[in-house]
Amino acid sequence: MVGDAAAMNDILHRYQAQGRRHAALVGLLALAALAALVLDLTTGPAGLPLGDTLRALTGGQVSRGAQVIVWDVRLPVACMALLVGAALALAGAEMQTVLENPLAEPFTLGVSASAALGAAVAIVLGLTVPGLPPVWGVSANAFVFAVGALMLLQLLGRIRGGGPEVLILFGVALNFTAAALLSLVQFVASADALQQLVFWSMGSLAATQWPGVAMVAVVLALAVPFSLRASWKLTALRLGQDQAQSFGVDVAALRRWTLLRVGVLSAAAVSMVGVIGFVGLAGPHIARLLVGENHRVFLPASLLTGALVMSLASTLSKTVVPGVLLPIGLVTSLIGLPIFFALILRGRRR
Amino acid sequence: MSVQVRDISVRFGRRQVLDALTLPEMHAGEVTVLAGPNAAGKSTLLRAIAQLLPHQGQVALDGQDLRQMPATERARLVGFMPQSLPSGSSLIALETVIAALRAGKTLPAHQADAAAMAVMEKLGIASLALEPLDALSGGQRQMVALAQAIVRDPSLLLLDEPTSALDLARQVRLLSELRRLAAEGRVVAAVLHDLALAAQWADRIVLIHAGRVHAHGRPQDVLTPALLAEIYGVEARIERCSRGRLMVLIDGERQLAR
Repeated sequence: MVGDAAAMNDILHRYQAQGRRHAALVGLLALAALAALVLDLTTGPAGLPLGDTLRALTGGQVSRGAQVIVWDVRLPVACMALLVGAALALAGAEMQTVLENPLAEPFTLGVSASAALGAAVAIVLGLTVPGLPPVWGVSANAFVFAVGALMLLQLLGRIRGGGPEVLILFGVALNFTAAALLSLVQFVASADALQQLVFWSMGSLAATQWPGVAMVAVVLALAVPFSLRASWKLTALRLGQDQAQSFGVDVAALRRWTLLRVGVLSAAAVSMVGVIGFVGLAGPHIARLLVGENHRVFLPASLLTGALVMSLASTLSKTVVPGVLLPIGLVTSLIGLPIFFALILRGRRR
Repeated sequence: MSVQVRDISVRFGRRQVLDALTLPEMHAGEVTVLAGPNAAGKSTLLRAIAQLLPHQGQVALDGQDLRQMPATERARLVGFMPQSLPSGSSLIALETVIAALRAGKTLPAHQADAAAMAVMEKLGIASLALEPLDALSGGQRQMVALAQAIVRDPSLLLLDEPTSALDLARQVRLLSELRRLAAEGRVVAAVLHDLALAAQWADRIVLIHAGRVHAHGRPQDVLTPALLAEIYGVEARIERCSRGRLMVLIDGERQLAR
């Protein structure tokens, strides 16, 4: 028996060591995201040297121009990239778990398309939430439409029993409906509005301002503690609804609250920067490969991977074609596409 | 401690799977085996008792209605072992047993880790603790599922075909473990297809047919050629071996019992 106890302790130690390794990986991801942020800050059409950028950030001696470029142009954009990536990947990770589908994310469930439709209604038809300053009209509309889409999804799901397959199918239908309505609005739009709209529906960080960054940051900060609190429940749900329920999880409530929480989170993100595809899909899948699916580390790892990918995409969007700022949604889609195919092929092999 | 299962009805769409089914009262220390042909409603009954699907009727543990209880309280009292665990997750076996403890209640990590490890050790699967669940064989996964079911130390243990993927040694290990768990004061109910195993290990057998209880009682009273012919449509002999144990021999050409 003494030998058994020693063997058990050895296994437990190895398990705990694995936990520490995963925590260290999460820490590394955080550092990498930070490094990507600095890289993002140093790239741009103004060609500011790294030294000047760092001096401007730390309050050192730099020209007024450099000060403005770093603090008012690059920093809000770079922070927004991190935050939006984090929000979409966290939302994607939780959606994949509660809907028991590896392809679920804000984009595939129609949240992004609905946000784009909301923006289009504001840009082209001039209809928006009354009483708001005009600069916020487009984002407010996008937010309202995205949250509305989720509410509709939940409502339809509830009527049909709320199973994950039903929610996924409704989400996909919603995606196509929103896309079709978006085309309709584009069809009647003026050339000027159309240009604005096309840019918006490809996702862009260009119009980022500090209040928007603050808004996404606040929503993310509010959502994360709840996500972490639910991490063992979500882990249990990976064993199926019956198992989670027999472990004492109220699965229907978990599904409802998680979708609401990450829905608002992704709506906040896409309402600020437009349609960004694949970060919500790629972030969680990369995180899963790195740390597995214990949601205590999987959720933070997803969040940070999303932030890292989005930040790198932001840098790429400025550097791939010199002198041209590509829409960031285009860049993430191009990065995400190969991952998406790899996943399908991996699924086929299983 | 005792468990009452009364008037359980379950419908799937138009199909009435269980029709006001009432089980004989189950007591602590007893192993009850639910047997019957495919699609008789055995698994559905087990899931209804575990409150995993919508149903009519009442399941009470010492008079306490399970349906009225908060999910976390119910999870403390009832352990459920499914026929199989889903594949496709990248969790390791030990993590899933820890999740069975921590999903429903807050528990310090070291305490949960040690408790989960102890249960795996007791079931002889400690060496699988750090393996990915997806890399395990069907039988090994079934043992992990048993660990998940008993790690909360439940008073009522429900098992859906717990031996279906196990080799001979593991079958014996699992069934003696069930006997031991019952002897410690638990109510154990398992769906089993193998009537020879049921004859050897059960205190009581409930034969379920077409959503109703067809017969119940001690193995020697329930396992009769007439009843088996009626329910399974097979020709069977019940013999006693040299040690006095019941043996179920099937002579009929169409062996529907398996």
